[in-house]
Amino acid sequence: MDVTEFEVWWKIPFRHSAGIHATRFFEGLKEKKILGVKCEKCGRVLVPPRAFCERCHAETGEWVEVKDEGIVETMTVTYMKFTGLPDPPYAVGVVKLDGADTGMLCFLGGVDLSDWRRVHEAFKPGTRVKAVWREEREGKITDIEYFKPLD
Amino acid sequence: MRVAVVGFGQTPFRTKRKDKTHPELAFEAINVALEHAGLDMKDIEAVAYGSMDPFDGIYCPERWDATACGLEKPVMKISTGGTTGMTTALAAYEHVASGLFDVAMAVCVQRVGECVDAQPVLNTAVDPIYERHSGLGAIHVAAFQATAYMAKYGATEEDLAWVSVKDHKNALKNPCAHIRMDISVEDVLNSRVVCSPLKLLECCPRSDGAAAVIFASEDVAKKVRDNPAWVVGETTISDSYYLGDRPDFADWDSLAIAGRRLFRTAGVENPVKDIDVAELYSPFTIQEILELEALGFAEKGKGKDFAKEGITFPDGEMPTNPSGGVLCTNPIGATGLVRFGEAALQVMGEAENQVDGVEVALSHAWGGTLQFHTLALLSSRKKLR
Ligand SMILES: [Zn+2]
Repeated sequence: MDVTEFEVWWKIPFRHSAGIHATRFFEGLKEKKILGVKCEKCGRVLVPPRAFCERCHAETGEWVEVKDEGIVETMTVTYMKFTGLPDPPYAVGVVKLDGADTGMLCFLGGVDLSDWRRVHEAFKPGTRVKAVWREEREGKITDIEYFKPLD
Repeated sequence: MRVAVVGFGQTPFRTKRKDKTHPELAFEAINVALEHAGLDMKDIEAVAYGSMDPFDGIYCPERWDATACGLEKPVMKISTGGTTGMTTALAAYEHVASGLFDVAMAVCVQRVGECVDAQPVLNTAVDPIYERHSGLGAIHVAAFQATAYMAKYGATEEDLAWVSVKDHKNALKNPCAHIRMDISVEDVLNSRVVCSPLKLLECCPRSDGAAAVIFASEDVAKKVRDNPAWVVGETTISDSYYLGDRPDFADWDSLAIAGRRLFRTAGVENPVKDIDVAELYSPFTIQEILELEALGFAEKGKGKDFAKEGITFPDGEMPTNPSGGVLCTNPIGATGLVRFGEAALQVMGEAENQVDGVEVALSHAWGGTLQFHTLALLSSRKKLR
């Protein structure tokens, strides 16, 4: 017996507030500036910035600009199409920027993504990378198009 | 207050259980658990229920499924990502451990098979302000761990593939397991790359099904069965919400902290000697390796050799996932409860793929893009020491 099935969609619009801290960060991106905040208690510079340090349960304080260069902590290249996610292949990684104590999630690019072993060689953990900025910046995280190997 | 597992029930897990609705799956698992415990629905005093709504496209599935849990009982809903199943187990356990109830049941239902693609749902679990744009789901995060671990400790693709071979061989003996096929290291290595370096046969399926575990106080447990599985330790831990805040993707520090906390309170001195089998939450091959190291079963950088050398096979020194594990069956919100129930069956000596002479079993789940861990120790002895 063929069992009856119903097709159901959840497609519901929301508007998430970024809050004041993230908004200041996004404004900085328009001017090619990457801003973080410092936790006075543990001394960590959090990038992207947040209103409080979750390790210390303390409000963060001083704003600091970090470099748009750093090192790759880890990465992966996606080769399968997932609904609503970017078209493959795309490379994402965690990059720790110079002057920051946390990693930032970002796209990696500037190299051919067809052979994953080559991409892993180009971006192996510890590799220095630099941001490639979009010409037209609108104060979004995607104003940084991707990070490319520095050399 | 000593508390024991006195019953476990699970449905066969499949890509789709089209034959049944959400509460019908709950009903099926609950009845297996009740029969296993030799109890009736009227004996259940309280229910902890776990599921993650968006995987099934049903808001408040506890409303639908409470109808299968016996009306008029206190019902509490738990939803903590991949740890949901084990957190639900601990919620039911704590109902009895508090002394407020003598018998409580944990029930989890999840129909990931009805979700056409789980990764976009997982993507909505990632920080919406800074991180979601990157197209990240659970598999990407596991791939981050694999990349970092392989670079730090020199693990090979073959080392990881052995974990999959071991889990798939185990699943062949478990009729409830979802993916049941005999595969070789070559099969794993030749399967397509999904998120590098992870390949399709290193990744879990999307499974439909339900599970239920019944807990009882000491007096009831002794009356109900002669081989209860005593809960001798449990803990949970939370790490940062932000992926970039993880200290090191090659080592699972939050799990190591939770493990030490568990072992100290339960009286475990040497994990490999004191624990006979572990049901670990490893939907991706790399994660079992990290878990073995974080929990002290393997030295750092040595976990990669365990499957290859047979140590984690059922006849090895430290068997893991004799059920076939999460790699072969993943009804996400119910998966932790299956780990817990399978660990209980090992202690009772009643598992389908029984490891010889199990007295102490560990159960683990992680959830929320590496954020949460839940751990429990079950034993045929009321106290380890
Ligand atoms: Zn701090």
